[in-house]
Amino acid sequence: MTLQREKRQYSWGMVVDVDKCTGCQACVLACQAENNVPLNLQDRFERARAMSWIRVERYWEGEFPDIKARFIPIMCQHCENAPCEPVCPVFATYHNNEGLNVQVYNRCVGTRYCANGCPYIVRFFNYWEPVWPEAFRNHLNPDVTVRSRGIMEKCSFCIQRIRRGVRNAERENRNVVDGEIQTACTQACPTDALVFGNFNDEDSKVSKMRKDDRHYTLLPHLATDPNVVYLAKIDPDRSAGASHG
Amino acid sequence: MQQRRTIDQIHTNRVLLNGQLDTPKWWAPTVIVLGIIVAIGFFLIGIMVNKGLGVTGLSRPVYWGLFITTFVFWVGISHAGIMISAILRLSQAEWRRPVTRAAELLTVFSLLTALLFPLMHAGRPWRIIYFILPYDFARGIMPNVRSPLIWDPVAISTYLTGSTLFLYIALLPDLGNLRDRTTGWQNALYTILALGWRGNPRQWKLQTVGGILLSALMLPIFVSVHSIVSWDFAVTPAVEGWHSTIFAPYFVIGAVHSGVSAVVTMMALMRWLWKWEDFIRPEHFDALARLLIVVATGWLAFTFLELLFAVYGLDAPELELRDMQIFQWPWNLLFVTFLFTGYIIPVGMWLQKSVRNNIALMFWSSLFVNIGMWLERFMIIVPGLARKTPFVYTWEAYRPSGLEWFILFWSLAWVTFLMLLFSRFFPLVPLFEQKESQTFGDSIKIGRVRVPAIVREAD
Repeated sequence: MTLQREKRQYSWGMVVDVDKCTGCQACVLACQAENNVPLNLQDRFERARAMSWIRVERYWEGEFPDIKARFIPIMCQHCENAPCEPVCPVFATYHNNEGLNVQVYNRCVGTRYCANGCPYIVRFFNYWEPVWPEAFRNHLNPDVTVRSRGIMEKCSFCIQRIRRGVRNAERENRNVVDGEIQTACTQACPTDALVFGNFNDEDSKVSKMRKDDRHYTLLPHLATDPNVVYLAKIDPDRSAGASHG
Repeated sequence: MQQRRTIDQIHTNRVLLNGQLDTPKWWAPTVIVLGIIVAIGFFLIGIMVNKGLGVTGLSRPVYWGLFITTFVFWVGISHAGIMISAILRLSQAEWRRPVTRAAELLTVFSLLTALLFPLMHAGRPWRIIYFILPYDFARGIMPNVRSPLIWDPVAISTYLTGSTLFLYIALLPDLGNLRDRTTGWQNALYTILALGWRGNPRQWKLQTVGGILLSALMLPIFVSVHSIVSWDFAVTPAVEGWHSTIFAPYFVIGAVHSGVSAVVTMMALMRWLWKWEDFIRPEHFDALARLLIVVATGWLAFTFLELLFAVYGLDAPELELRDMQIFQWPWNLLFVTFLFTGYIIPVGMWLQKSVRNNIALMFWSSLFVNIGMWLERFMIIVPGLARKTPFVYTWEAYRPSGLEWFILFWSLAWVTFLMLLFSRFFPLVPLFEQKESQTFGDSIKIGRVRVPAIVREAD
């Protein structure tokens, strides 16, 4: 896996500094707007079918009054060794040569097997045909496919922005500059808790951040080798080195 | 154990062909009622395909629910055929004879039903052909052979083809028999289907050899079909309670348990409905119940092994899942029901000889087994998804919608409907098997000794 990663020109990834996350949900909203994710009305939540490609999980730690809210944004981890990929019978989800776990909507038949395979529960099924109020029709992003009912969708690391960035760079005969490509969530994050970049570029911000002592990945025992790296919360009350997650 | 009774061939023909030549009065109303239920079921499936899977109770992360449970259930039932007609045939268990066709038929119809469930449960069923047939070689996009979902249709269609051939070969002598006893369009139909069967020695030899070859060829399927179905779950490391290495043998033995029990249920119904007391006798129930005690106990051992393997690692999420499955409402109710209906009540009953020879009690105990086995699949599939991974933030409950329950009910009506339809045109008990077994049992007197009238060449 690592070998493969080094051969690539780009290996897109994200670093999430949990210490900086305030749980403001700006990333969730930005993603919703950028990627034409259907509106989550009340009944979607009641039936547990709400879609948000990135979600901010909130956990309580401790007992009142000594209680703390902990936030952790979770999106598709773009695992190098993704459990969702081998189970799809039609190759609707596969790994591309830029380290992205991509979803091909046209191929998807909706077995939902990938969603069962995903330990991070970041894959979403379109139970209904998506509908937007009339006023929202013109707000849809023309660069992103509107998914029909019966197929899976998930975070694409804003592949439309990556494509545009790479295309512009190629046109000018250069490599993509660090920070040139921003996903909707990283762009919206007011505290820069989310950082997107190229792991293959040693000088990129994400590569440097990944070397931080606080780094960890989610569910490492499943050996999925995610391309999203988390930096642990710094808790002044606790001894250094203890991490959560 | 086996009481020998002499039933002459004329009586055999008259009684066993009563479904075709002299249709019982209850047949038409029953088929009409079932037909209505079947039609409503297909209409609801149509609505589901038209509107989307939102009409089910599925959510995130409970992406698989009642439909997949019922799929596994019917594939399990289908193991009846191969158990009865292949394994018992090769091991020359004489008592299998009257039930071979019914078991094989149950296999064919339950597989046909099972195949419908993954189709209707997919988000875009009209595109599913993509992974059943390899498509679009020009672009180099083959189906993903690493996915167990590719092997499901392969295994099931192999099994279906084998079983259909097996059923047909065993039907040939009886089709010849029916052709000789009918007139008009029925005669024309049976003439075509009987493929020129005249019952000469060469045809009998070919028919026997074909049957034995198919039994042997189908033995690997016996292991493969439910193993592959179990891998749908076992290859998923993300779901606690699915990712287990013992799933393949566990599912296979569970399938035999439910399949053979379904055959018992069906035998009791056949005995009552067509009045075949002379042919389906208590000794057959007795033999099946003895077999079932062994199978059920093996299956129970696997059930406990699965639990043991799960808790042995003392992995917190796995322990949490098992705690919910066994002790928390409403799963504790399901678990107790499953344990009692799947093993304790039926096996407790079968241990008594009086129960094994009592047709009504055998009918109810075998029904219990299948309630328990359906619950077993449900308890494997749903809790694992509802409590998936340590992200407690996404834990969900699952409440199947009315439509899902109706389609479960529909599948039962659909299989019964197909069986009854079949019984109108073809005998459910193989006449030639019955006569053959009678001949094997016959003895003739030579001088002072009685010797068997016929010697089996294979011995």
